[in-house]
Amino acid sequence: MTNSYSKDRENVISGITTFDTIVQQHIGNINANSSMNAFLLLNDNAIQSSKETDKRACSLSSIDGINIAIKDNISTKGIRTTCASKMLQDFIPVYDATVISRLKQKGAIILGKANMDEFAMGSSGETSYFGATDHPLFSGYVPGGSSSGSAAAVAAGFCHAALGSDTGGSVRQPAAFCGVYGFKPSYGRISRYGLIAFASSLDQIGIFARDIDTVSLVFDSISGEDEYDSTCSRLSPSDSFSNVDNSIDYHSLTIAILPENELLGLSQDVRKVYDTTIQSLKKAGCTFKELSIPASSAWIPTYYILATAEASSNLARYDGVRYGARVNNDISQDMTTASRSDGFGKEVQRRIMLGTYVLSSGYYEAYYKKAQKARRVIVNGYKSIFDQADLMLLPTTPTAPFKRGEKSSNPLEMYLSDYFTVSANIAGIPAISFPAGYNDQGLPIGLQLQATFNQDEKLLHLTKQIASLIV
Amino acid sequence: MSDIFDQYEPVIGLEIHAQLLTQTKAFCGCKAAMSDFPNTHVCPICLGHPGALPVMNKQHVNMAILMGLATHCSIRTRSAFSRKNYFYPDLSKGYQITQFEDPICYAGSVEIEQEDGSVKHIGITRIHIEEDAGKSLHDIDIDTLVDYNRAGMPLIEIVSEPDMHSASEAYKYMVSMRQILRYLGICDGNLEEGSLRCDANISVRKKGIKAFGIRTEIKNLNSFRNVEKAIKFEIVRHIELLESGGTVKQVTMQWDASTQSTKELRSKEQAHDYRYFPEPDLGYILVTQDMLHDATMLLPELPLAMKQRLSHDYGIPYYDAGILTEDKSLANFFEKTCLQLSVKDKERYKLVCNWILTEILKILSDKKISINEAITISSKGIAEIVDLFADEKISSKIAKEVFSHIVQTGESPLQYVESKNLQQISDEHIIAEFVNSALNGEAENIEKYRAGKSNLMGYFISKVMKISNGKANPRMVNDLLNQQLM
Ligand SMILES: [Zn+2]
Repeated sequence: MTNSYSKDRENVISGITTFDTIVQQHIGNINANSSMNAFLLLNDNAIQSSKETDKRACSLSSIDGINIAIKDNISTKGIRTTCASKMLQDFIPVYDATVISRLKQKGAIILGKANMDEFAMGSSGETSYFGATDHPLFSGYVPGGSSSGSAAAVAAGFCHAALGSDTGGSVRQPAAFCGVYGFKPSYGRISRYGLIAFASSLDQIGIFARDIDTVSLVFDSISGEDEYDSTCSRLSPSDSFSNVDNSIDYHSLTIAILPENELLGLSQDVRKVYDTTIQSLKKAGCTFKELSIPASSAWIPTYYILATAEASSNLARYDGVRYGARVNNDISQDMTTASRSDGFGKEVQRRIMLGTYVLSSGYYEAYYKKAQKARRVIVNGYKSIFDQADLMLLPTTPTAPFKRGEKSSNPLEMYLSDYFTVSANIAGIPAISFPAGYNDQGLPIGLQLQATFNQDEKLLHLTKQIASLIV
Repeated sequence: MSDIFDQYEPVIGLEIHAQLLTQTKAFCGCKAAMSDFPNTHVCPICLGHPGALPVMNKQHVNMAILMGLATHCSIRTRSAFSRKNYFYPDLSKGYQITQFEDPICYAGSVEIEQEDGSVKHIGITRIHIEEDAGKSLHDIDIDTLVDYNRAGMPLIEIVSEPDMHSASEAYKYMVSMRQILRYLGICDGNLEEGSLRCDANISVRKKGIKAFGIRTEIKNLNSFRNVEKAIKFEIVRHIELLESGGTVKQVTMQWDASTQSTKELRSKEQAHDYRYFPEPDLGYILVTQDMLHDATMLLPELPLAMKQRLSHDYGIPYYDAGILTEDKSLANFFEKTCLQLSVKDKERYKLVCNWILTEILKILSDKKISINEAITISSKGIAEIVDLFADEKISSKIAKEVFSHIVQTGESPLQYVESKNLQQISDEHIIAEFVNSALNGEAENIEKYRAGKSNLMGYFISKVMKISNGKANPRMVNDLLNQQLM
């Protein structure tokens, strides 16, 4: 297994290796495992930029030379960005997303564009137009989704870190399946400018790494106000790496957990890891409180109504007129219909239709309006939980990774597997999945910690401490 | 037939779209200059590129507030954006960012003047902020082409109450809205070029009945004449349809200038379901007390108030004040000129007004320019001409000559009159000499005049004027001739 960023950086500074060598090793690894299908494209300039990083090795910035994979729904100037869709298979953006310009400015090396579910719609990585991503440890299993390639690449040691996007669990769920950290910050802590929208009010760029320090380093480098994103928080960039509070007293820590009847569909193996973790934390002195998030039966419907409604509108721009796939070369309604029918895959079309339906006149009140009300209930519910507890501990997924093809024919079952992750997006709070154990087969299992809105730094610090107790 | 029409009352409401004169577009940094070469003011945001996000334009909001205050609207301190979803090649994002529930301005009114001079209030339901779509060019053989310079241009939509009851009221409302927009300096108000657009909702009902009839909507009325004509046509069509036992269908119509009639564009069944929902990419529009205060300070005197003031304060006819205030810059020119007169009285104000309404307006309309563009016509110059005339230093004939000269050169009238020695001669002795030499050798005509042929007076006057090169004071010439010929 390759080193963490901090280790590699140390080695570069002490002259043991160079960033050039590290990039070459990563690329070698990727090419040797191309059947995993984690990357859709490798950045031609990566080696060149690593050579430039080596030249300034005596004065490195906090993430200088970090090898990072970018989910293919984040706009990279001059580098093809497809959303893993036929619709954008040849699309080359004319601008960099805010996160990309910040990474570049601090010397990060963009290794390539990671595979994903088409337009981030999926929980298994199987809806990509360019083929599914394989599980990095257990071939034939799914790595989770929608940030499938980002999670697999980090777990397989193809890079130090990866960016993904999390609309309803798309960072945390694949992180759990692949056995790595997957962090979804509070809504607005990282600019969405250049993140190709799925559901604007839920989307948030997230970070994958094999260690929490790397997550913090990347978070500190890309978070902070952005004049190009009106929904971005006015808070300054985070300072979670250098400004760590290590004096954690487990006896003063209160952790909320869901009541038994709200732990829906939890499989035996996840349950075991969940219980063991609670036991170890109790032993360390943590207090646990059973607190329920209201309307748990409404989480999935609320999420799918809001997400598909916004998606149906966000994806309207792919009409074949200005860019993207075009079928029937005569500008008209027919051209738009033909282009969209051909360019979008089945799952994307299903969600656009759902979203169009819930917004249509006569149904708006019954679905969209109701979902908005439920959202407010969930937001307030979380507020009262975090009045009584520092953190909330939840499973990330109801089950361990499943086999490819197992759920792809049953969309409803697939949607239900998002049960434990969607509420954080609905409430906009920070949440992280950390590797918590394995099942008997050796498949990774992750658990999730959540904190109150904008307490991202605290969440990262506590996760580091808690994870150190378990592993 | 006319009796039948009298039994009905038309009910009309207008929706006006005004394109605002901001520096940049509504949600991106592109220059708001849509008439430039196609697709030169575009960026990822207004082209709807994947991942691009809108950012609100403060100037857009401030202009909407200004219009709201000018039309006595209430201003909402917190309002939100919505998306209006539909597919069209020139709509780059597949939705328009607009306001749906709770627009920024609501419940206002404007005043229009009726023929009898009374003032009628037309209610304003709402004014909201939105963006424009691009422009499709279909009339080119090869293909449909789209110009996105207009995509994302800032608009306000002004929706009236159904308070108008004739085509001429609708026309007056439209004129007065354009006048207000121009006074505020936020829209150039050009219907032909589309910076101002008008849709009309029309229904008719039997007089005395409260319930509304079924309405039709006429889209895209692109001139003031067409607004009036189309509404008139539609009212007649509704009444005739009802009188012949038919019913009005709720449809969207279009004015066809070639046939001078309305035709159906789409039926209610074909109407779009716009699937409005709150725009998740933008925050609330927050109007602070400071913003309201600043807008109030910027609010200029409005057309109707200015018309009433000019007529009252300067003693000019109300009708003339109306013409002056049609264009704020003309009204300003009038006031500036009056301010520079050496004697400030109503007689001279009236003279200034006459000069503007006759000579100056003629030049402006010939050259198709505004008073601000007429660089040789200065308020100081006009004040000098009026003073010279009123002080009897030049005759009206000379005054016109001086005017046509300074329009060419931009010279000062005072200097020109002095240098060309055009000053009127009012010295009694000199004029007496002119009269004497004019009457010299006219014994026969003098005889005839005295015998009663009084129209010979004109002949004598013109002879004196000729001798004086037109400079003799005509009043004095007249007096002296009368004395001499008694
Ligand atoms: Zn633009």
